[in-house]
Amino acid sequence: MLGIDFLGSQFWPLLILLCPLAAFVVQIFIGRFLPRKGDWVSLAAIGISLLISVACFAQVLIKKDPHFTAGFPSYQWLTAGMFTIKMGILFDNITAIMLVVVTLVSFLVHLYSVGYMHGDIRYSRFFAYLSLFSFSMIGLVLSNNLLSLYIFWELVGVSSYLLIGFWFEKVSAANACKKAFVTNRVGDFGFFLGILLIIFFLGKTEYGEVFNALKMSRPVDFTEGWLTFAGVCLFMGAVGKSAQFPLHVWLPDAMEGPTPVSALIHAATMVAAGVYMVTRLYPVFTPDALLVIAYVGGFTAIFAATIALVQNDIKRVLAYSTVSQLGYMVMGLGVGGYVAGFYHLWTHAFFKALLFLCSGSVIHALHSQDLRDMGGLWKKMPITFVAMTIGTLAISGFPPYFVSGFYSKDGILGATLALVMERPQHFVLAIFGFLGAAFTAFYMFRLIYMTFTGHPRDEHKYEHAHESPWTMTVPLMVLAVLSICSAGFFSGSEWFGDYVQKPESAVVMAHVPAGAHEAVAGSEAVHEGGHSTEHAAHQYAVILSILIVFISITLATLTYYHKFKKISAEKIAERLKPVYNLLYNKYYIDEIYEKFIIRPVVRFTKLCSRFDSGVIDGAVNGTAKATVFAAFATGQHDLKVIDGAVNGVAQTVIAAGKGAGMMQTGRIKNYFAWAVGGMVCILGLIYLLLLRR
Amino acid sequence: MDYLSNFYSNPEIIKYLRDVFLGAGAINQSHILSLMTFVPFLGAIIILFIPRQNKDLVRAVAVVATGIPLLLAAQVFWVFYTQGGAQMKFVEMYDWIKPFNIQYFMGIDGVSAPMVILTALLGFICIFASWNIEKGVKAYFALFLILETGMMGVFCALDFFLFYVYWEVMLLPMYFLIGIWGGPRKEYAAIKFFVYTLAGSVLMLLVMLAMYFNTNIAEAGPNAAQHTFNLLLLTNQNMHIGILQNFDMRLLLYIGLFIAFAIKVPVFPFHTWLPDAHVEAPTAISVILAGVLLKMGTYGIFRISFPLLPDMAQYTSIGLAVFGMINIIYGALCAMAQDDLKKLVAYSSISHMGYCLLGMGALTAAGMNGALLQMFNHGTITGMLFLLVGVIYERAHHRNVDGFGGLATKVPVYAGIMGFAFFASLGLPGMSGFISEALCFIGGFEHDYLHVITAVSTLGIVITAAYLLWTFQKIFLGPFNNKYDNLQEINGRELFTLVPLGIIVVILGFFPSIILNIMGGGINTLMNIISKGAGHWSW
Amino acid sequence: MDLVFGKMLDNLIIIGAILFCLGIYTVITRRNAVGILMGVELMLNSANLNFVAFSKFRWGMPDGQVFVIFVIILAAAEAAVALAIILSIFHNFGDIDVDTKDLLKE
Repeated sequence: MLGIDFLGSQFWPLLILLCPLAAFVVQIFIGRFLPRKGDWVSLAAIGISLLISVACFAQVLIKKDPHFTAGFPSYQWLTAGMFTIKMGILFDNITAIMLVVVTLVSFLVHLYSVGYMHGDIRYSRFFAYLSLFSFSMIGLVLSNNLLSLYIFWELVGVSSYLLIGFWFEKVSAANACKKAFVTNRVGDFGFFLGILLIIFFLGKTEYGEVFNALKMSRPVDFTEGWLTFAGVCLFMGAVGKSAQFPLHVWLPDAMEGPTPVSALIHAATMVAAGVYMVTRLYPVFTPDALLVIAYVGGFTAIFAATIALVQNDIKRVLAYSTVSQLGYMVMGLGVGGYVAGFYHLWTHAFFKALLFLCSGSVIHALHSQDLRDMGGLWKKMPITFVAMTIGTLAISGFPPYFVSGFYSKDGILGATLALVMERPQHFVLAIFGFLGAAFTAFYMFRLIYMTFTGHPRDEHKYEHAHESPWTMTVPLMVLAVLSICSAGFFSGSEWFGDYVQKPESAVVMAHVPAGAHEAVAGSEAVHEGGHSTEHAAHQYAVILSILIVFISITLATLTYYHKFKKISAEKIAERLKPVYNLLYNKYYIDEIYEKFIIRPVVRFTKLCSRFDSGVIDGAVNGTAKATVFAAFATGQHDLKVIDGAVNGVAQTVIAAGKGAGMMQTGRIKNYFAWAVGGMVCILGLIYLLLLRR
Repeated sequence: MDYLSNFYSNPEIIKYLRDVFLGAGAINQSHILSLMTFVPFLGAIIILFIPRQNKDLVRAVAVVATGIPLLLAAQVFWVFYTQGGAQMKFVEMYDWIKPFNIQYFMGIDGVSAPMVILTALLGFICIFASWNIEKGVKAYFALFLILETGMMGVFCALDFFLFYVYWEVMLLPMYFLIGIWGGPRKEYAAIKFFVYTLAGSVLMLLVMLAMYFNTNIAEAGPNAAQHTFNLLLLTNQNMHIGILQNFDMRLLLYIGLFIAFAIKVPVFPFHTWLPDAHVEAPTAISVILAGVLLKMGTYGIFRISFPLLPDMAQYTSIGLAVFGMINIIYGALCAMAQDDLKKLVAYSSISHMGYCLLGMGALTAAGMNGALLQMFNHGTITGMLFLLVGVIYERAHHRNVDGFGGLATKVPVYAGIMGFAFFASLGLPGMSGFISEALCFIGGFEHDYLHVITAVSTLGIVITAAYLLWTFQKIFLGPFNNKYDNLQEINGRELFTLVPLGIIVVILGFFPSIILNIMGGGINTLMNIISKGAGHWSW
Repeated sequence: MDLVFGKMLDNLIIIGAILFCLGIYTVITRRNAVGILMGVELMLNSANLNFVAFSKFRWGMPDGQVFVIFVIILAAAEAAVALAIILSIFHNFGDIDVDTKDLLKE
């Protein structure tokens, strides 16, 4: 490849990382003053990153080594006593794949935004934020240790905050960005706790070192229970970032951001970060933790899919579809389908970005996001229509040799089925998986039919609709091609297995008897010992999923395609009114959070504040008042008692003087008598004191 | 002949000071610390001789009088950056009140150097933040400069008595600065601050005397005093006699010291002076209050409580961490409920100082480094926040969070900087606050019994994010409130006060080792003293 | 003889004391100024008696007797002055009842 070894040194990976950062710095400070408001700066930066990423990817492809890791040194970043954190770059196959996903989608979204955001008052700011996001996401992918992962994790969150709230004049956008960040923070709380646990027990942060330490020298007190707990904590981060139930609420709201942002961040890259993290740290998770992951993912998959069935906002449908697909990935990882889960991340990135950009194209043309305003658009926007159809086929898992989604989703379903066959008590997972697939096909075709076929529902808007400019359609075309061929040019999922292989679990189950091993580490056993089961499961899964997809596409066609209309959606909705309402209102999750979490918390903070100013400050002021009172009392005491005593002495003297004055009768006889009395006294005293010896 | 023998004839003492603290460093060769401390004081005196009408000259003198310490601080930074912070540097030692062995003993190590730098920096910046003061300019700047003398001295003093003197010196200007140039309830706030802090000082005085009279430095020679106020010597547990050998008395002394410092930090439940003082104080004084004064509390624990009574530091470490946890959570919850922006920032200060306490309670290297770094970072970040609050207050004449709305369209630069400061405050990685908070948590986790406390404290980052972003939304996002059509964008002078702090926040966010390497040596020395001192007692 | 004279001093002192007490009694109880003057004379003479007694029976020296002569002379002078004052009082008040006279109070 050009005679350059892109993975020979850290230079090229670092360049991938730093280009967008440089673009961000340039854009935020002087972007406004540049020609074209500097969109080319960001575009060029991410373009360079893309080129290098692709070059690196190509080199990795050529190497065809599933255990390839470029050995880069780590640098000491900070030291605090014995505790040090090193920073470095990890570059292996997963990194290469993720880098391509991130930079490619990012580049296309940059390009698309040139058209989509044209004329926005904060045009250059938008590109600055996009660059910041690209930087953070690339950093996240290149990290080689937990702490830098967390750092970029948070930076990604911030760029998402900035981009969701880009049109902050809208109250809904302002709310959404805050909600996104805070909800993510809740997940990050767990994530950080998990990192702390690992640091505490192992004292290491670098992935490799952590896995080694777990395998070789796991401290005795780092029991499986703790490890499971740490795993679940780490997974909480993914729950937040990848919008898994119960922290999924932010993602649909995040659609308030500009559509390219939705495509980039909330479909293809950032939300995949959670899945990526689980992939990266896969060896850390115990079987129990993986089960938790599988259930959360499976539930999210079906839960979000049901909501998507009835939504009328085109972006909201896609948002819930994203949540659902992320659930698939997470479930895939949880049930042990490591390759399938990550593969789905890869394929999903392309077709979901495609779908979002298509929806953006539609929104750009119609200035409306409501499906009920659309219809018959295929004539006006043929490129968008074709692209979106390809995306829909991909996400629905339309049968073999055509689009990518089929392979990855099939892989996940197969892995799930394999687990269920091994351990039938988890049959619910399979139901989640297959039913979710059915719903997915249904709501996506509903979307297509309502948008592009039939008669225009809003003639006025239809009149003004037009195909988008080339900067917007080119990304669509590229992504459409990629949606098809990202599955390795019709070769299925085998090629992926050459590069991504399930890592060995670092968790050595210490005290598990031989017989119980299967029961506890079931999902592990499936892949290690039960290849025939797995194979069979995949066969079943393929047949089942094809069947399900066809049935649900047929149903969707019968319901929504204008030439059939055999089934009335309205009637069904009418008949199942409570269910419909429940789904339409997203299971009232937001309301429940509002009522049972947010409001009580706010009320509690008010209580705290009142406690603070009332009780604590009251105590302080009370002390002050008590002191003042004491001072007053002391003052009174001073006035009355002490000063009183002084005056009292004076008065006594006066009184004594008066009393003595009484003696002074002026009568000579009395004087004499006193004199005699005095003399007698003196003599008496003299007698008593001196003479009575 | 060792220079120290001019002061101490006992070779044991000289050896202890040299081995543990001073190394082979020279004494009385550099007078940087005295200069940094007393140049502002000199400036204050000069200002008193300037005619009242000549306001600009007053300000210029103030700039020079704080600028010189800032330049010297740069030199201090460089020396520490190149040589590490394990030993006391720039040491000055003179007899002050000979009969009582009170010395003019100044010196800084890795623990105090960042604080000295922070003080010099904020002092300089606050002069510019006070540029708009028109009432009693002379008095204001003179008092401010005296305040800086006091603050600088506290961080440099190595003699308990000297420390106490500086501690009190700083109090009085503060009282007047709040009480004269403050807001509507300034008298109340000023008195509350003054009396509260003074109450703490009394405890410190008692402990100081108890320590003094119960040490025996075994000086030979006629009329030689047996006691010492030397903070470095007092760390030598061998010299502790009398009541200092009694467990209960030591605990009592430790608690006394803790309360004295806790009031300054402030630790729940001694924190209520802070919202009042912050809200009423003028902007620059709020910055100094939050940026420097609060640090004196934690610095006192670092410099006095821990090394002097190391066994008690270990004995009560969990308690300290619990206080930290309460501060973090409670401060954040209270902050969430505030309508007044300045009060909100004040409560967030309480919350953020909790991280320091948590890290200190851990008594691990990571935790202590985190706490010290958090002290520095909180100074810069909260300094920014208060400056920003001052900016909006100057324009809108109110600080009610709900009274704004959509300002980001009108004042984008201001909104951007505010957003920056908010994100720094909520511990965003890439900014300095994150590293210190993370280190505090890591340190807390390394302690054997603090897992649950640390885990609960981690919730603080969620609440902090919630209230800061909520506030940001209320002020800057959403539809524009037309009342503020004439709102002025932030001006050059204000930018000049904010940008340096912002740059420091970012640089330390990416390269924390710049300052961690300075702190590390000091913390290392401190940890050695603690573990050795605690080993001396076998309770 | 010694026996008689040995006790002589005691007897004389007792007689002097009795005389003195009588004088005091007279001075205090009499309302008549001339009566008081007589009481004073009694007291003076009791003192004289003591002088003579000690001079003769204790020290055997004449000093005491010389003193007595002086006292008698002075007493005569005093009586003269006192009588003059009494006469003056009688002239001014019309009587010599001392109980009603409290000019000293002024």
